[in-house]
Amino acid sequence: MENYIIEMINITKEFPGIVANDNITLRLKKGEIHALLGENGAGKSTLMSVLFGLYQPEKGEIRKNGQVVQINNPNDANALGIGMVHQHFQLVEIFTVLENIILGVEPNKAGFLKKNEAREKVMALSEKYGLRVDPDALIEDITVGMQQRVEILKMLYRENEILIFDEPTAVLTPQEIKELLEIMRGFAKEGKSILFITHKLNEIMAVADRCTVLRKGKCIGTVDVKDTTKEELSRMMVGRDISFKVEKKESKPGDVVLSVRNLSVPSKIQKKDAVKNISFDVRAGEILCLAGIDGNGQTEFVNALTGLEKASSGSIILKGKDITKASVRERSILGMSHIPEDRHKHGLVLDYKLEENLVLQRYWQPKFHKNGFIKFKAVREYAEGLIEKYDIRSGQGPETITRSMSGGNQQKAIVAREIDKNHDLLVAVQPTRGLDVGAIEYVHKQLVASRDAGKAVFLVSLELDEVMNVSDRIVVIYEGEIVGELDPKTTNVQELGLYMSGAKRDVIKEIEDAG
Amino acid sequence: MQDKINLNKNKFSFKKIIYSGGFASFSSALMAIILGLIFGFIVMLIAKPESAGAGFKFITLGGFKRIGDVFYFATPILMTGLSVGFAFNMGLFNIGASGQYTMGMFFAMYVGFMWDLPPSIHWIVAILAGMLGGMLWGFIPGIFKAFLNVNEVITSIMFNYIGMYIVDMAIQGSSTMYKFEQTRTNYLPASVQIPSLGIPNSNVNWGIILAIAIGIVLYIVLQKTIFGYELKATGFNKFASEYAGMKGKKNIILTMIIAGGLSGLGGAFAILAPSAIAGSSMTYEPINIIAPNGFNGIAVALLGNSHPIGTIFSSIFISHIQRGGTLASLVGYKPEIIDVVIAVIIYFSAFAAVMNETLVNFFKNHIGKKHDKETANNEVSDNEIKEAE
Repeated sequence: MENYIIEMINITKEFPGIVANDNITLRLKKGEIHALLGENGAGKSTLMSVLFGLYQPEKGEIRKNGQVVQINNPNDANALGIGMVHQHFQLVEIFTVLENIILGVEPNKAGFLKKNEAREKVMALSEKYGLRVDPDALIEDITVGMQQRVEILKMLYRENEILIFDEPTAVLTPQEIKELLEIMRGFAKEGKSILFITHKLNEIMAVADRCTVLRKGKCIGTVDVKDTTKEELSRMMVGRDISFKVEKKESKPGDVVLSVRNLSVPSKIQKKDAVKNISFDVRAGEILCLAGIDGNGQTEFVNALTGLEKASSGSIILKGKDITKASVRERSILGMSHIPEDRHKHGLVLDYKLEENLVLQRYWQPKFHKNGFIKFKAVREYAEGLIEKYDIRSGQGPETITRSMSGGNQQKAIVAREIDKNHDLLVAVQPTRGLDVGAIEYVHKQLVASRDAGKAVFLVSLELDEVMNVSDRIVVIYEGEIVGELDPKTTNVQELGLYMSGAKRDVIKEIEDAG
Repeated sequence: MQDKINLNKNKFSFKKIIYSGGFASFSSALMAIILGLIFGFIVMLIAKPESAGAGFKFITLGGFKRIGDVFYFATPILMTGLSVGFAFNMGLFNIGASGQYTMGMFFAMYVGFMWDLPPSIHWIVAILAGMLGGMLWGFIPGIFKAFLNVNEVITSIMFNYIGMYIVDMAIQGSSTMYKFEQTRTNYLPASVQIPSLGIPNSNVNWGIILAIAIGIVLYIVLQKTIFGYELKATGFNKFASEYAGMKGKKNIILTMIIAGGLSGLGGAFAILAPSAIAGSSMTYEPINIIAPNGFNGIAVALLGNSHPIGTIFSSIFISHIQRGGTLASLVGYKPEIIDVVIAVIIYFSAFAAVMNETLVNFFKNHIGKKHDKETANNEVSDNEIKEAE
């Protein structure tokens, strides 16, 4: 009989219309790092929310050290020593690091805060685990990596024994990821037990002891990481074989399709520019990737490029025409396609039918209306063609309400719409964000196919693997400036990471300006 | 095996009906109405238990005895309901229907009193003038919203007051329009009155036919045209509409103009109606009150789920129980009882989504389970067959 610190036995959690967790059993040993692997929507977060007391399961029980426990809310979880670092940090932006850590368990005497006592404890913890933080800095002023350390310190301060990390590496640079994994190993050595939610196989292979795989709400199995391979894990996760390498031929760059010259874009939050004096070219038949950590001006740049926002200075030239002041529609007609960063916010009208979304960029074309009246037959035929060609799966075909489709198929619909549209430049912003491996493979294939068809592809990505595998040329953005241009064939992830974190920078900007 | 396939087919089609949008909005409206009536009955029981039965009968069935009036009073609230619902499809809350309604009424009246036109076209011109007045009062908040991003709710509330005071002032200042001794407007000339439908003892006229036709036209615009496509896309997701290159500002202004025009028509239809008493017509009393028909339009649009066809039915229904409510005074109830019932109905129809879920769950539990059990049994037998093989 093994010694388990937490057991979740036969957990079933239903939501209207969907069984999020179907009879799942998860056993966590003391002192192990246990990875929870699954595609988006596989039920990982639901299962962890059950453990953290945010949801009550319909069936099943939770045991701690063999005793059945009832977890009704996060306070109960906390009392049992369960702590969680959420994917979206739960911090008060205008409080200091120290204030955030002690929030909810403030040491006090007759209602008066005893900050010094707290400070000593936090600093001791910080030292012990190598979690460097400045206790008096405001959360809004520190980096994302630092904020994550604050979240971890929060758990340690509460003396949690069972630590849940919900996709902790999504927002970090390669260097920060390495540090985090190191810290996690330290915790495990100390006897703390870790549940590590992720869909990145490399990290599991690097740090986890065991791994439980979920697929569509069902538990596929638990394996010892040392006895398995990446391929086997991905097969368990998706249910079929996946190729990790993006198949592509040598690129044959042609004419310049897009040139951006000295472009600056104002920031919405601060008074300075979010994008500062950026210049680069994208040629036909190549994939240029704009790499960088989230929040370094990518969103503002793309908004200016696609016409959703105004640039403060500089110019954008598409196929020889200055489009700096052109409207979204004019850019679209001239040959710009745009796979947006946030498919729910920009890319789709979720309450529309799939067919209505598939014509979102061309409903105004004569093919689809006569004197302002929609030609429903033409729309239906066009939609059916795209659905077939791009393998978009949904419950009721073109009539499916888009909201009810899976994230992967929603993205496929956008990709199909944008690629099928007459275009010379494809702007793809984090096109694989939140997708599972199968859908990622699909999107990458489509990007390469578009490139091979002689289109210019401008890819904005935060995922290092994607940057390295898909692109033909990389420019790195840091704090709104281009800090380097790299060739994916001659660089490596470490070097790219240094550029992305601002530790290394070239002077290419001036050279381009001179030319 | 054959049976099983058929069974699944039936189940599928049943589900399709339950989950379809039309069924959902219809069932939630029906539910809201039933709950509203039950609540109204309870209030009547408390207020005056001995005549609650009779009173309730008047409320629910009384309207059938005054079918002409039901349609006459449905006309203006149908128009304001269409106005609110149309703007709502674009994501705009046109709370200014009252002001637009009042402006429309005034413009129509002005043409009626001041312009001398041949009888064949006089009333038509007056109706169009009313539409124009409403459009103007929708256009201004639209401009503010589109170019200065001022919330349309605030501007249109302001414009309700501005419109009402301007109209009351203008009417009281004109001796042609205003009759001081009766503190209300004169009877309109016969040439400007909308032709009657000829139902005895009621004011019902061609206005209701026009209003229903306009509702159908709006349905076509929303469902079949690219303007409607853009409008709904903007209402559902403003960001996606910008991303797709739709002209948001233009559409906001256009929507507010159309919504204003619809309310304005409502005002025109209401005031240009012939009265049941020969030679007289409807009159307006400038007493500094914001036209309640504008706010009733919000209720009508909510109950009709902002759908033009739904709005046609909801306006007739609300008018029906309002007429019934006035009849309930015969057995000693205050007519306000009907406002309570309407308020409760609207209150419940705001819970449409929640109630739909309850309803769908109810069907799922009582019909779905049976099927599930049968399917489960079938599955078991399938397994047994496999094992046997």
